[in-house]
Formats: sequence, structure tokens, C-alpha cells
Amino acid sequence: MTSWRCLDGNEAVALVAHRLSDVCAIYPITPASPMGEYADAWSAAGKVNLWGSVPHVVEMQSEAGAAGALHGALQKGALATTFTASQGLLLMLPNMYKIAGELTPAVIHVAARALATHALSIFGDHSDVMSARGTGWAMLCASNVQETHDFALVSHSATLRSRVPFLHFFDGFRTSHEVDKISLLVDEDMRALIRPEDVLAHRARGLTPERPVLRGSAQNPDVFFQAREAANPFYDAVPAIVQEVLDEFAERTGRQYGLVDYHGSPDAERVIVLMGSGAGAVREAVDALVSAGEKVGMLTVRLYRPFPTQALLDALPESATRIAVLDRVKEPGAPAEPLHLDVSIAVQEAGRAVLVTGGRYGLGSKEFTARDAAAVFADLAGAEPKRRFTVGIVDDVTRMSLPRLDDFNLSPTARSAVFYGLGSDGTVGANKTSIKIIGENTDLHAQGYFVYDSKKSGSVTVSHLRFGPDPIYSTYLVEAADFVACHQFGLLERMDVLGIARPGATVLLNAPCAADEVWDRLPVEVQQQVIDKALVLWAVDAGRVAREVGLGSRINTVMQPCFFALSGVLDETASIDLIKRSIEKSYGRRGHTVVERNHAAVDRALEEMHRVDVPASATSTHHRMAVVSSAAPDFVRDVTARMLAGEGDLLPVSALPVDGTFPTGTARWEKRGLAEEIPIWDASLCIDCGKCAIVCPHAAIRMKAFPTEHLDGAPTDFVSKAYGGKDLPEGTRLTIQVAPDDCTGCGICVDVCPARSKSEVKRKSINLMPAAEHRDQERQRYDFFLSIPEIDRSTVRQDTVKGSQLLQPLFEFSGACSGCGETPYVKLLSQQFGDRMIVANATGCSSIYGGNLPTTPWAANAAGRGPAWSNSLFEDNAEFGLGLRLGADTQRADARRLLSELAHQVGEDLAQSLLDDEPGPEDEAGIVLQRERVATLRERLRGITSPQAIALDSLADALVPVAVWIVGGDGWAYDIGFGGLDHVLSSGRNVNILVLDTEVYSNTGGQASKATPRAATAKFASDGKGTRKKDLGLLAQAYGDVYVAQIAIGANETQTVRALREAVAHEGPSLVIAYSTCIAHGIDMGTSMTHQKQAVASGYWPLYRYHPSADTGTHPFSLDSKKPSIPLRSFLEVETRFAVLDRSDPVRAEHLQALAQADVDERWHYYEQLAGVERSIPIDEHELSRETGGEVEGLAVGDDEEMS
Amino acid sequence: MNPLASTYLGMELRSPIVASPSPITGRIESLLRLEEAGVGAVVLPSLFEEELESEATTFHERRELGAGVFSEATDFFPDVELGHLGLERHIALVHEASERLSVPVIASVNGRSAGGWVRYAQDLVHAGARAIELNMYDVAVDPDHSSRHVERAYLDLVLAVRTAVDVPVAVKLSPFFTSFAHFAVDVARAGADGLVLFNRFYQPDLDLETLDVLPRIELSHTGELRLPLRWIAILRPRLPRTSLALTSGVASGTDVAKGLLAGADVVMTASEVLREGPYRVAGMLGELTEWMQAHDYESVDQLRGSVAQHNVKDPGAFERAQYQRVLSSWH
Repeated sequence: MTSWRCLDGNEAVALVAHRLSDVCAIYPITPASPMGEYADAWSAAGKVNLWGSVPHVVEMQSEAGAAGALHGALQKGALATTFTASQGLLLMLPNMYKIAGELTPAVIHVAARALATHALSIFGDHSDVMSARGTGWAMLCASNVQETHDFALVSHSATLRSRVPFLHFFDGFRTSHEVDKISLLVDEDMRALIRPEDVLAHRARGLTPERPVLRGSAQNPDVFFQAREAANPFYDAVPAIVQEVLDEFAERTGRQYGLVDYHGSPDAERVIVLMGSGAGAVREAVDALVSAGEKVGMLTVRLYRPFPTQALLDALPESATRIAVLDRVKEPGAPAEPLHLDVSIAVQEAGRAVLVTGGRYGLGSKEFTARDAAAVFADLAGAEPKRRFTVGIVDDVTRMSLPRLDDFNLSPTARSAVFYGLGSDGTVGANKTSIKIIGENTDLHAQGYFVYDSKKSGSVTVSHLRFGPDPIYSTYLVEAADFVACHQFGLLERMDVLGIARPGATVLLNAPCAADEVWDRLPVEVQQQVIDKALVLWAVDAGRVAREVGLGSRINTVMQPCFFALSGVLDETASIDLIKRSIEKSYGRRGHTVVERNHAAVDRALEEMHRVDVPASATSTHHRMAVVSSAAPDFVRDVTARMLAGEGDLLPVSALPVDGTFPTGTARWEKRGLAEEIPIWDASLCIDCGKCAIVCPHAAIRMKAFPTEHLDGAPTDFVSKAYGGKDLPEGTRLTIQVAPDDCTGCGICVDVCPARSKSEVKRKSINLMPAAEHRDQERQRYDFFLSIPEIDRSTVRQDTVKGSQLLQPLFEFSGACSGCGETPYVKLLSQQFGDRMIVANATGCSSIYGGNLPTTPWAANAAGRGPAWSNSLFEDNAEFGLGLRLGADTQRADARRLLSELAHQVGEDLAQSLLDDEPGPEDEAGIVLQRERVATLRERLRGITSPQAIALDSLADALVPVAVWIVGGDGWAYDIGFGGLDHVLSSGRNVNILVLDTEVYSNTGGQASKATPRAATAKFASDGKGTRKKDLGLLAQAYGDVYVAQIAIGANETQTVRALREAVAHEGPSLVIAYSTCIAHGIDMGTSMTHQKQAVASGYWPLYRYHPSADTGTHPFSLDSKKPSIPLRSFLEVETRFAVLDRSDPVRAEHLQALAQADVDERWHYYEQLAGVERSIPIDEHELSRETGGEVEGLAVGDDEEMS
Repeated sequence: MNPLASTYLGMELRSPIVASPSPITGRIESLLRLEEAGVGAVVLPSLFEEELESEATTFHERRELGAGVFSEATDFFPDVELGHLGLERHIALVHEASERLSVPVIASVNGRSAGGWVRYAQDLVHAGARAIELNMYDVAVDPDHSSRHVERAYLDLVLAVRTAVDVPVAVKLSPFFTSFAHFAVDVARAGADGLVLFNRFYQPDLDLETLDVLPRIELSHTGELRLPLRWIAILRPRLPRTSLALTSGVASGTDVAKGLLAGADVVMTASEVLREGPYRVAGMLGELTEWMQAHDYESVDQLRGSVAQHNVKDPGAFERAQYQRVLSSWH
């Protein structure tokens, strides 16, 4: 009996892979991470493989490590697999060559994803798998979720039969994350296809001292070549073996696949060839065109390597005269893309008189629709088809793109529904449940795909659902929906929600008011759409219902029954019953309270839903918000704003930078207005401490000190107070101001504010107030605040918390999670060193909130200076940063040499002071003077035309010191990038490394790293991490000459400021490990900064600075926190990551927490001893001179000052 | 014959000392020590419905916090089964205690909703509890709720639970009722098999540095014995068939003797055990026995209620403020 389930491609694959493996070596990478997560969770829960053993699931430090472990397990004769994508696959390539060269059965499941080139993309294309073409792995491509499930088994079977390892791939996101109704394989299917003799043969080849062999020899020119050819018969046999497995598979399941499958008119003249999820869209186009009498068809290539030439030729109708081969990859400079080349050779060698064209589509998950496929067929029908083309974009530069076929429309049998929500409201989760309800309880087919925006706070989600009686092949977003739900009323003001509704569609709004008030609250544009399209409008105040039943902001359970009732997909009573059952299934393990509240929401939903009367004409007087201000720069208005409006797909090629270079400071133009409550300053209570500003994750709390005269022209209600300090002139005013549209309302500023009203303790100097009541006023205040000139940095005590917050942040309004624990450090860096800072940023959260389009939070000051930022990769960031340092040092050395040579022409005095008075990067006044000298130098060089002068002019900026900051998370520093980090620490070079330690891979969803503490649960450590956290700081201290600090800004802001400044001042490598609270900890982010005090007080996170010194008798290790004063448990028990284990396995939790307390005690004891250790590190001035380009005299002054 | 044998809620106990709810009765190891030390019964820590709700919803919310927000991280926690949430933990404790202890295990419940009281009481009985103690622990703050309203709600709950379970039900009350005798009798009429006097509330304290409000509870001291002593003595003749348990301020065998003399069927202790450990119960029983021997009592049944209000020469002594006598006793 067929078992139908609704699940996504990753789960469909993992179900098979875990069942057929002894060992899974895993590492997180989007979009493949869930496969490893499933495997880990199932093994932790004791789920066994086909042979009754629980597979060993081991997380490695990188994909390279996973591939190594995979190789080893295979060589021992175990059945092993791994899961990866994109850069991860690239890191596996060396081992893949080895595994294939040794004819080792193995499977790697790949959620195919773009490779980082001009930019990172987490989305799908075939760049990664095409990079593995030469490894010798067979490549089998699945086009949809059912095929991923089926081909996972086929891969595991065929590799054992053929001895050739298999790379099983499918499109990242489109297939890996699309939820579909599929038929599940059963154990008997697997047993039938996995022949015991093949398993035994593989095991027999495993290394054992009982039958010793040597594998992995080094071969010389005499035999290497022949040995390389010796495996040919195995490759020759693969196509037939795969077909054999596919045929056996078909016998059992009824699903027949070929190596290459044809679909379309038997006498097709025009044929599209492609692989992957695009096949669904092409199939729809083929069916529509064939119905219209056109002779078209398609070939879906399933086995890509070894390339099944004969199968392709056999499948291609004799009638075909024109073929368009579509590649989801770009190989710049190649004569054609890979599949195009392969097909061309096959056809040519067969002597078929066929015109073969080739086109690129779908890079980085670019939409590829049936309309795009039809455009390809239309081009093939033309007199002169384009030999090389792109489809799905507008290329107005090289004019390669095919024109869009606006008049092509399908008549789908499936109904479609689109839901707009916020990430935090549970819309996506509810829709996944709805698909399961429909797909698993009716004969209907169902499909769901979910689109998220680029922000981690206040992100908009769009769910695309289809359901209908026939299989659904639409592998692209819904274009015209029968049902549209807007789960957040405010989105109607910000974006075109109803544009996707087809005429006559049903629309459901979650409205914060009575149904009869809804119409008047709609912007006029929305009203007009409703009227023009004759939309049927319904409303429910889901927010109120959710609050009343105790579900807070999770409105999904209210909206879901409304969807079922309005869509009519199921009988109302049946749907209510099914929803309740699914709630019990989903939330039953979280306690009956959660179930009961959700049930109550379901019961209330339908009685609270009402039809909205639609008048004949639009009556509203207010409009949808402008995307960006008209004052924005051209690029922001012309390009960024289009992306913000969801129109990025329409931007032509010419609109985009050619090399991935983007302007900074664009986040300030994106006014998201997320917060329901914003902090309002009460100057009468303020004590000028600056804590609110320093902890603000979004730079939305600003502090300025300024002379009174700058208040001229201020709005009458603009607030300021007398500056409370003697470091600035008398009469100085101070203002603390919120950026009302950029604040996310996390409340951290209020939590840390120490100034309370004497008469009402709950009132502080900064208080959260309803945004709706205060936003307009605060906008005016903020606009004026921005107009106040920034303070002269040289007048500020920058080493104090307060002083640091008077400096302009050059990192602002990032899309990080509300309450992010990382961004306050990043912002502080930008305040301290922003105008002299280059950032090498490891891939991860910080590269996403720092560099994910549409907007960029890194910004410049009024002089145009600011951090220069770049992200290379995940694993190489330390090396990348070192390279930046080397480049800067080289330029500096060249500049100094040229300056010496030209001293007589530019002026000896100027040259001398430029050379001798060069400041350190933390020397504010010195830098101002040096910049003035550089400006003078440039003026003087203007009159000199020698090549040296021109060269010096180009290098003169290098005379001003730069701070190179290497920034990344713990996944990078502790795991994948540790080798490079270690090397950079050993280099002696002047780089500063900031590790934003969330103790987990935050960006990919909370997988354990070596920074994850003992007793915490995380993905890949479902049963609690059993080993202690790696002490990265201690490892770095071992070098002796590395400045090391461990900081926690919420626990001790002053120590944080001091450590960052000392790190920059240290003339050598420095490492600052910053405790970063994260939503992956499962804490209340609004109190996360004060929670850090508990981390320190319990000894969980000791604060220290290790300041190397050449002086004798010094104690370089300074323990900055006090002896633990509270038990560790009181810190752990409020964090979900620890508390989960208490509730899932209390015995293990108690055991691990006891060990964790012992870890704390032991570490504190050890650190206390370190604090008493004398250490003097010799400095080799000669080496330092050589490495920094000579002339150590120029450095010596600053050096002495810094060490003193 | 065991001179310490007592009867409470219809259960035959080997001694009149019952361990009342505390962290000591929350662990199986210390429960076993209490049994070794000679307690007659144990009352496990209260199951607080509000706490259970809060725990479940907090976990749910925290785990949902980042779910469905970002394409790379559709959630942040492994979907492990939380098979040991508060309710499951509590039920497991009741079950294990009932299995391993030979003395009766009494489960305590503090509900928030009417349904909660009943459901949790049933769950605890199902887990093996020999009796249920309803921990009526509430601070009436709504000025629109009259004393009658508050009392009515209590009585409804008692009736509901009494109807729902087939084991004895005791009700633990606070002393803050306008007419306590009247209400106590009403509670008994509503179906309570016993009364436990009295509940002690967490009381707010202020942190003078942070100005935070801190909920605190101090261990009881001997002086606190006198309030329940008074009411046990007063209620004993008025509720002859209702079990009475004295709790608060019981620190010695002589305190136990006082409670029994006033009319308590059992005397409960928590603070003294927390201070001195489970084996203190053996000491207290020894002190009680010593006192009984010194005063020629053969059994606790013999002395029980002998100094209850109706058995003393001056019944008014339990009712008067006794201002002058108290003062004179200090001279």
C-alpha cells in the first residue's frame, strides 16, 4: 500500500540515506544542512539503519573534514555518506578524486547551490556540481521531491553495484526546500535494491590487518597513466547498471525512470534538454504547446556522469531538428556550458543533422517558469535561433536574453494560494502544516514553497501553495493566486500584496480592527486593486484572538482555519478536525497547555472572520509608503529601491555592478518601521552613561554632544540636556535619540538603563512607548538630530563607554535579529576605528547582516571615510585578512620609500614628519595630523610629473595607518577556519581578530561548533554536547606574542572598549573573543545583555586580557572578572539550549551539567594561576622591521607608547 | 501496639509526623531517608498549574522564536521530544515515590483553572498518590471580588476535585479569611476529608540596590506554631470527623506534642527538615516519645485533642487576644 507523505527534498533524501548508511559525516551548509540535522536527530533518537545499527553521525570541522572522514569510513568497508552544497562540495573535491580513483562505493547528496563569485548566493544552481564533473563520480540528478527520494535509493544501490561513487544532486531550495506530496519507499524496496552481495563485497575490500593491502600508493611516470585507465570498464558499465536499478525500481514502485527521459510530441521538431527542477516548468510548457498543436518536446537528463550518450540519442525523436540545451551554470569563457557541450558532441558524433543552441537560466535560484520555457521554444522556431542565450532576465548589455513571452498563459488545474506574513508570526509553519493536512488526508496533490526576505528581523515571508487533483509540475512561484492572505496588516502599506491576486480571488486579511473598519484603513492603491479585480475580501482580527487565547503574536493558528474555510479545499468540519489533530501532532510533545491554546484559537477563528463590504469606488485618502526617500542617492533610488520593492527580477543587467562592488551606507534609506514600541528618552533622569547606545544592536539609539548653538532651528520639542562631564566645554548639550523607523523594538536599551525615577522605579531614563503614538514626533527629532554635526573625535575620551558612544557609528540598521548579541561589538568597532578600518568578514551571520542585499549597514562619515568591507569565504577569512594586511604593509612600505626618494621635492620637513610621526591606528589626534600632512603631500605632488610622484600620489593614503579587522563567528574561528586562524596568529603580523562567539553555527540554524559548551543541545548535538568548549583564547596565548581578550559587552562595557582599543594598539596579532547572545540560545533577547552578567558571575564566561610584553616581571594575563559567585546552574536553567536537555533527558542533563560546573571550577582555578604567571616575550625588532617594510624607527615611537 | 500510630485522612500512619512539601520531598533519595527516619506520610511538592503552563509556553515560544524567519535557518533547535516537562517529571516522582515508599504518598496540587485542579488531581491519583492535598495558595487582590466570591470559588474547586477523585482530599488553607471557622466548616462540607493549617505565602521583599521586588520565603520558626495551634484547637470540636493537620513552626517533638494536644491528627514539618536533614524526624519522634513517657501518655491517640478548645477549662483562652497575660508572662 502506498504511503503518502508531504515533506521537502532534504527530508526525502535523508530518510533513505540514513537508512542505508553506517556512517554519516556531516557539516552544516545551506541548503543542505537539514539532511545532516535529520540524520543526527534520528541517530540520537536511536533510529536504526536497514541492518539494525544506529548510524554513526559525526560532525566535522569543515566539509573537507567530512570528506576525509567519509573516505576513511569507506576505506574500512563501511557504508558512508555525506550531505553538502556549494562551497562545501568544493572542499570535498580532493577526497572525491581519491574515492573515485579507488573505485569506492559512496554517495554524496548535494542540494545544488551557486558558488560565490561576484557575490555569495545561498540559492540554487548547478555551479557546484558542475565543478565536480572531473572527479570521476557518477552524477544523478533528481528533478523534484519524489525523485530525490527515489534517486537517493538508486544512487546507493548503483554505487554498490558499479563501485563508482555517486553524487546525487537536486536543486537547492527549489527542490531541497519545496514541500511536496510523495510516495514513500518502504524497507522492502530498499532491501530489494541494495543487494547483500554488493555490501559484502564492499566490506571485503575494507582495510584490515587480517588481510593487509596498501592503497594510496605514489606512482611514477611508468605506470600512473595505465593505472588511471584501468578503471575504464567500471565507468563503461555504469549507465547500464543505473538503468538496471531503475528498472528494478520501477517493478517495485511503478515509477519508471530512464537515464534520459523524453516527454512531448512523438514527432517533435523542437526539443529542450535540461536537468533539475526546471524540467517541471518545461513540461508544463511542452504540454500547453503540444495541446496547441506545436511539435515540441523535452529531454530530462537524469544520469549526467558518465554521460549516457546512447540513451540521449535513443530518447531524442528522429523528427527533432532543433535542440536548445539549458544549463543552470555559467562557465565564463567556455565555448558553451557543460550540458550544452555534452549534448552537442553526442549529436554531432551520431551524425544527427540537428541545430543545437544553448542557454543559461536560473542562476542563483532565478525564477524559471513555463513562460520562460515557451520563450525558448519560440526562439527555436525563429528563422535564426540564438546560438547562445539567457532566459529569465533582461540582458541589455550583451543582448543575450530571450524576449519575455507575455502572452503565454497556462490553465493550471491546481488552485493556488499565497500568504504574506512575518517570520515571527508562524505563517510558514502553518502553511507547511496545511500542505500536510491536504496532502496526507485527501487524494489531492499539494506543493508548498517559501520565500524569505534578506533580513533576520522583521523578515517578510511569502508562502506559495498549490493543491489540485493532478500532479503539480509548477517548479516556480505562484504568479496569479486564487487566494491571497495577508497575515500582517502593515504589509499592505509597504508592499504590493494584492498584485499577485488573480481577478475574482479571495483575500483574507488579518486586520487589527473590526471588519467594518477594515476598508477605511486600506491604502487607496489597495482599495483600487480590490475593486478593479473584483476581489472577495474577508477579515479576522487574528492578533486579538491569539492574544486572548494566550498565543501572543503567533497568529497562524487563527489564520489557518480561515484559509480552509474560504478556500473550500476541505469540508469545514473535517478541516477543523484535521487542524486540531495536526496541532496535537506538532505540539503534543510541548505539553497540553500549548495544544489547548492552539485548539482554542481554532475554535474562535471562524466566528471572528467576517466578509468586508467593498464599495464601488476607492475612498481612502492615504497612500502606500514610498520605498525610499526622494533624497536618496541615484543608485539607491534606481537600483536598491527596486530590490526593496520586490522588483529586483525586473532590473536589467546594465543596472548591476560588473564586479560585485556596491556603495556602503544604504541601510539608512530603508525605513522598515518594524517596532511596535520604541524607546523614548527622558532627559530628566539621564546620567549620560551611554549604556543604552553601546548595547543597541541596530545603532538605533544615538548619542551626540554638541554646543548649544547647534540647537538653533531645532523642533520645539527636541530634547537635550546639559552634558554631565568636564571633559567637554561648559555649555555642551547632550541628546540621546532613537531612529524610530530603524529600531526593532528589542528593548535592550531599556533593560540596561541604570537611571530610574526616584518616585516610580519602573520608569527609567529611556522607556518603551507605543510607536504609533510617538513615531511622527521622533522622526522629526531624528531628522534634526542627524543635522547636528558629529563631534570632533579628538576631543572625546574614546576609551570610555560614554566617550565611545559620542562617536558616529559607521555600522547602522543592519538586518540582524532583533536583539542580536553580535552587532553591538561590530558597531563599536566602527565607532572606534571606522574611518581607518578594513574588514575581512567570514561568511556567516555577520556577512549576511553586513553584506546581504538590498541594503548595506556599513557606512561612511561626512568626510566619505568608513570601513571598507569584504567577504571572501567561510574557511579562509583569517588568511584573507592577513592578505589585506600584507597589501596594506606593502603599500605603506612603498609609500615610505617613495617619500624618502622625493623628500627633497615635497619638502624635507613634511617628509620627515610623515615618516617619523606616523601615528598608531588608535591615535586619533595623530591620525588627523597625518591626514593633513598627506593632503599637503598630495598638493605638492600635483606639481611633479615624475613616475615616482604619480606612484606616491596613488599610495599616499597608505601613510595613514589602517586597522585590519578579521571578523567572524565561532564556526569559522573554532572549526572551519581554525587552521588559517592559527597560522595568522603565528605570523606576528598586525591584524586584529574579532570572534563573535555565539557558541553555535547561528546563520545556518544552530548547529554545534567546537565553541558549543558542554550540556547544551544544538542541532548536530541533539542529545547534548558531551565535550567541553574549546578554549580558543588559551590556544592563542600559547604563542606568547598574541594579544588575547575575552569580553562580554553586556557584562562589562568598559572592559570591552578597552580590549578592542588595546587589540588595535598591539603591534602584532590580536584575538578578541566576544560573548554574543543569540536567539539560538533560546533566551529573552530583550534582557540578553543583563543576562551576560550572569554568564560572567557564574564563571561561565570569564573576562580577561592577555597583554604580551617584552618587559621582565610582568603579568600579561589579567583576569577582569570576579570569582564566580553564583552556581552555573542558575545561568544555564534560563537558557533553552540547556533547559531542553533537562526536559528531554534529565539524567544526561544532570550528568553533563555537573561536568560543566566542574569545567567552570577547573578553568577558574587555572586562570587564577595564569594571572600570577610572569612572562616576558622577546621581540625580534629585526624581523618586525623586515615584515612591516623596514624603517622600524617610524614604528618605535608608537610602539613604546602603546606598551607603556 | 505502636504508641505513635495515627490516622490521617482515613489512612493508618505509623507516626503522627508528616513531611510537608519542600525540596526534601521532591527527591526520591531524601524521601527514602524520611521514611527511614520514621515519618508517617509524605506530601510531595505542589504541582503548580501556572508554573507548568509557563514552562510549556516558554519552551514553545523560545523554540518558535527564530522559526520560519530566514531562509538559511528555518529553526534553531533540534526537534527533540520534551518528555520530561514539569507535569511528566512530577508524575514520575509521584509514581516512583508510591512504588518505593511504604508510607502513604500524598500529592499536592495548586491549580489555576477549574479544569486544571481536577485534571492534575486525577493525574496524580493515577500516578499512585494515596491522597490529594489541595494547596489553596492565592492572594485575593481584585477589589471587585468579595470575600464570599473568593470563598465560593474555593468551595467549588473542593467540590469539583472531591467528585473527580476517589482518594481522600485534604485542603491546605491560608489563615486570611474573615470568618475562618465558618469557612473551614464550609470546606469540610464541600467534601474535604481534612484541613491543613496553614499555608505560608511567599512574601515580597525589596532589594535596596536594584529596587527590584524579590519573592522570598523564610524557613518557619517555632513562634509560628501558635497560629495553627489556636485554630486546630478551635476547629477540633467543630469538625470531629475531619482530619486536621498542623503545619508551620514545628521544630521539635514537643512542638508535635502541642499540635496533637490541640487536636491535630498529624503534624507536618518542612523547615526543620530542611535545616537539619531528613533524619531530624527520628529525633523529633524520640523527643515526642520522651515527652509522652515523662507525662505518662501511652499513645498519641490518648493525648490527641486533650487540650482542644472544648477540653480546656477556659475555652476562651483560644479566642482572646490575651494581651495582659502575655505581657505578664514576660515579667
